[in-house]
Amino acid sequence: MEHIRLPKVENVRLLDKVSPRRSRVGTFYLTATHSIFVEDVAGVRNETWVLHSLVCSVEKQSATASGCPLIIHCKNFQVHHFVIPLERECHDVHLSLLRLSQPESYEELYCFSYKPNVNDEEKRQEWDFLDLKADYSRMGLPNSLWKLSPINQHYKVSDTYPADLFVPESASPPVIVGSSKFRSRGRFPTLSYYSKENHAAICRSSQPLSGFSARCLEDEQMLEAILRSNPRSDFMYVVDTRPKLNAIANRAAGKGYENEDNYSNIKFQFIGIENIHVMRNSQQKMLEVCELRSPSMSNFLEGLESSGWLKHIKAVLDAGIFIAKAVAEEGVSVLVHCSDGWDRTAQVCSVACVLLDPYYRTLRGLMVLIEKDWVSFGHKFTHRCNHQVGDPKEVSPIIDQFLECVWQLMEQFPCAFEFNERFLITIHSHIYSCQYGNFIGNNQRERIELGLRERTHSLWSYLWTNQADYINPLYRPNHSQTQGLLRPSTAPYCFKFWRGLYNRFDRGMHPRQSVEDYLSAIQEETQQLEEQLASHKQKIAQLEKEQGWRSVTQKAATFDKSPTAWVRGNDLALANTPQDYTGGFITSSPCQPKAPDSSLILLPKDLNQSSETSLSNGSDQESGIADLSCRSPLSEDSPRDPDSDEAAYSAA
Amino acid sequence: MEFAELIKTPRVDGVVLHRPFMPTVEGTLCLTGHHLILSSRQDNTEELWLLHSNIDSIEKRFVGSVGSIIVKCKDLRVIQLDIPGMEECLNIASSIEALSTLDLVSLMYPFFYRPMFEVIEDGWNSFLPEAAFKDLESMTDEWRLSEVNKDFSVCPSYPPLVAVPKDVDDDTLRKVATFRHSGRFPVLSYYHKKNGMVMMRASQPLTGTNGRRCKEDEKLINATLRPGKRGYIIDTRTINVAQQAKARGGGFESEANYPQWRRIHKALERSNVLQESLIKLVEACNDQSHSMDRWLSKLEASNWQTHVKEILTTACLAAQCIDREGASVLVHGTEGTDSTLQVTSLAQIILDPACRTIRGFQGLVEREWLQAGHPFQQRCAQSAYSNSKPRQEAPVFLLFLDCVWQILRQFPCSFEFSESFLVLLFEHAYASQFGTFLGNSTAERAKLSLPEKTVSLWSWVNRPQELERLTNPLYEANSLVIWPSVAPQSLLLWEGVFLRWNRSSKCLDEAYEEMVHIIEYNKELQNKVNTLRRQLAQLETEDPLLQTP
Repeated sequence: MEHIRLPKVENVRLLDKVSPRRSRVGTFYLTATHSIFVEDVAGVRNETWVLHSLVCSVEKQSATASGCPLIIHCKNFQVHHFVIPLERECHDVHLSLLRLSQPESYEELYCFSYKPNVNDEEKRQEWDFLDLKADYSRMGLPNSLWKLSPINQHYKVSDTYPADLFVPESASPPVIVGSSKFRSRGRFPTLSYYSKENHAAICRSSQPLSGFSARCLEDEQMLEAILRSNPRSDFMYVVDTRPKLNAIANRAAGKGYENEDNYSNIKFQFIGIENIHVMRNSQQKMLEVCELRSPSMSNFLEGLESSGWLKHIKAVLDAGIFIAKAVAEEGVSVLVHCSDGWDRTAQVCSVACVLLDPYYRTLRGLMVLIEKDWVSFGHKFTHRCNHQVGDPKEVSPIIDQFLECVWQLMEQFPCAFEFNERFLITIHSHIYSCQYGNFIGNNQRERIELGLRERTHSLWSYLWTNQADYINPLYRPNHSQTQGLLRPSTAPYCFKFWRGLYNRFDRGMHPRQSVEDYLSAIQEETQQLEEQLASHKQKIAQLEKEQGWRSVTQKAATFDKSPTAWVRGNDLALANTPQDYTGGFITSSPCQPKAPDSSLILLPKDLNQSSETSLSNGSDQESGIADLSCRSPLSEDSPRDPDSDEAAYSAA
Repeated sequence: MEFAELIKTPRVDGVVLHRPFMPTVEGTLCLTGHHLILSSRQDNTEELWLLHSNIDSIEKRFVGSVGSIIVKCKDLRVIQLDIPGMEECLNIASSIEALSTLDLVSLMYPFFYRPMFEVIEDGWNSFLPEAAFKDLESMTDEWRLSEVNKDFSVCPSYPPLVAVPKDVDDDTLRKVATFRHSGRFPVLSYYHKKNGMVMMRASQPLTGTNGRRCKEDEKLINATLRPGKRGYIIDTRTINVAQQAKARGGGFESEANYPQWRRIHKALERSNVLQESLIKLVEACNDQSHSMDRWLSKLEASNWQTHVKEILTTACLAAQCIDREGASVLVHGTEGTDSTLQVTSLAQIILDPACRTIRGFQGLVEREWLQAGHPFQQRCAQSAYSNSKPRQEAPVFLLFLDCVWQILRQFPCSFEFSESFLVLLFEHAYASQFGTFLGNSTAERAKLSLPEKTVSLWSWVNRPQELERLTNPLYEANSLVIWPSVAPQSLLLWEGVFLRWNRSSKCLDEAYEEMVHIIEYNKELQNKVNTLRRQLAQLETEDPLLQTP
């Protein structure tokens, strides 16, 4: 609380990006965890909550006659424009927010103060919900080819690796330790995915410390052991996901890449995915394009192109496809690395897994995959997501790119994924929100030291409990699309701009009716119908039986019939006439898309309602649909009222 | 007869057909007067029947004695035929070239086509102006149906019957026609039932450099205004273009002479620019390079999406003036046969739920495109692959369909028809066995006796089995005005047309089937439950015990 210089400011305006006329006036509160804006309208509790840990940047602009603008950019790509009446107040809020959004220690993070109504037993179960060992045994491990190695039990060999690692059966501890000494940060080659059908495996590591000519016998033996663990194959791929130039440059620093001459039977391949700095700048540029006010089509497409974002997404997916094909089609094992093996390597291995194994395309499977290739293998969430004050050069949207690759695949294979877009977006939000302990810290060792299991809650069980919200209605486990390897097209025109994530809060840009929500509603109704059908059948059978018996035992029959059962039956039948369904449709989700799940993060449950009201505020009361219809009159003297969103149509 | 002369080699065996994402087919190639046919003469294998009029251009390649003809179609499909024998190949190629570029309308396939289906309702009579006017009459008595253009003498591109303000007589109309480009005097396009506002369309006024004025013109359009109300003139040209038009005798309505009207200029492109844009877009889509930068910059440079955005924005503006401002609107550009129709027809999609049904949409295409005199024959003579210099070709109608698709994507439950109906209209506008899109105006169609000599597309579409195929399973009638988003992020490339032949649609088709399945299964269950409910109710009444309290 000591960081809050000013707990409350009155007469603050919250501007609407699309239509300034719809800006709201209210009171701005700063709490330990949230900024809260409460609109001054009698009778309506219209609140906007902004979680401090989701704040990406706070910008105070120079004061104008109407006040001092304060712009808050959030990590979930929401932007809030506040105007605070007095410069001094704005200054205080600005400084407070700067501090509150940049925690200096882990202890300040929201997950440590987030206390949903869950008892200790339930909390323990939350963290037991996902079990990586179970995933390895699903793959058929350990077996005669791969064993669980205790070598990193106390994080002695590699402090950024998990404690439990699978290594080739023939890899002895001296080989592992020797290999780890020849790899950046001790990240020796270890198993990420194993295909029990053909024994091909995806392994991952960091770059070798080869410099210009250094060799390491143990490292060579390690790769040899990996190759031997795939008995049907006589070679393996070593994929360096970096551009060749970057890898060569690393040699000067005593690092580098494998020399094919030194390792027996490897095929070495560069894949050219750019580094974290390029990715950070690229996303920044793309977001600038997303935030343009009424851009022309050319502005948008040029901006999208020059950001390079889709090019990078394609590069990651291309690399994933290369690996997935090597494993599934050639039956060849692959060792993947980049520099440290926690960014590009995580992306590429996990994309390959999604392509290869239908399990990772299920709700639970994707959680397991993120837990495995990202959390346990030490993707540096704290640094990359900027959870606390730190080096801005360490921040990079690497995990965003993975989620986007999955989304791009969902667009091409609409029946292949059990989860929907909302699932990806919710995971994205919580990776940054710090509400759950899952993505705190940079590696497993840090997480254990922080006692996250004991002190915080797990996102995975939250998502599992609410799975109804995240199910793709088109998914069927036995569908042909669901089976086996996905073979996506990577022609450039197959990559789309992900409006659902990057322009998530610009409601006006999204389809006004959602096919997915419509189908989900129908499926829900279908389920009720199935139940009804069964109960009707049962009742008819019963009635017929009773009528048969009536002559014998009339009294018993009347006794059995409870009047309530009849009332209920009639109600349900009535509720399912088409007319009723139509009514339900118009007032429910398909017409007015569900409240963005941000409300789940930003708002404690009991406040959700108010966020719904604020969402429907903007929509045309008559059509219930359009943003753009709520527009100002075209005034007679000015063809374009600069204050109106009509500009959207008449500009240019 | 003529066709036989053009067909030097009517039949070649051992021809191999290559199509993207489909297995190759070997078979016999036959040329008829109107079709290119490839048949494998095996059961269950697909044959190719291609209308010559669908062929936009061809290319020849030779490798040894095998020649290949690459056939590029107006529906944007590209196929390859490998033909053994140099001479056969050259003969086939020159025949295709000749047959696909026949200029004489009366040689077109619709004049030879005999329907293999029973015509339930003759589409040529389905959307007559009289019927449309009956609907109008039920809402207002301020309009009348004028026969001034009965013999197409006042305006050659207008239909014989047009709706005009009741108080304006035919003599006035004749005078106004002399003041408007090609005689296209202002006529009623749409009546907004909710508030009685109207949308009219016309061509540019012929003010010329010395500011000619026409009292009758002013009277006509003022007759549509309520007392004390103002209207909007949406000129689809920029002010500069409109100014320049004066030098050629055209112009725009000046404030001085039309004080009750406010003019809004928009920048919708003219036909040659649009054709150029289509060619560039299709080229970008067919680019084999895997470079993202190249794709995005080519997409941007084609400007296609820009045109979509501008047209949609202008239509929204017109709809907004009518529905939100409660003002009447007059739309025109230069001739009033292209961008004007894009705007007036799209505004109706936005405003009028009836236009979002299958039949209503057909009616809209009839009224606002065919009868309104969009020169289909000229505009759709060539498509994106044509090597010949474009004359008057332009994808004006395709852009309209693209805009409708954009709205459909944003309101997927508000249209009775699915995307396939839009694709079908695109195909038939460019090449068809039906006579609907032949000719450039009602006058030309009458002269060619199309209603007597050809079958209407609507006759074919309005049969239960076709309607079922074109129906959107998600449709729930939505009686409201639908306002689309025109943000660049909301406007997508119409994959169903532009990437249709460039990618496998298997997974998307499966998803569509799955969607249909979910909805059908639900309906089936509803029926079952209802049957059981009735059965239960019956059992209940049969059961005397349950009727006693």
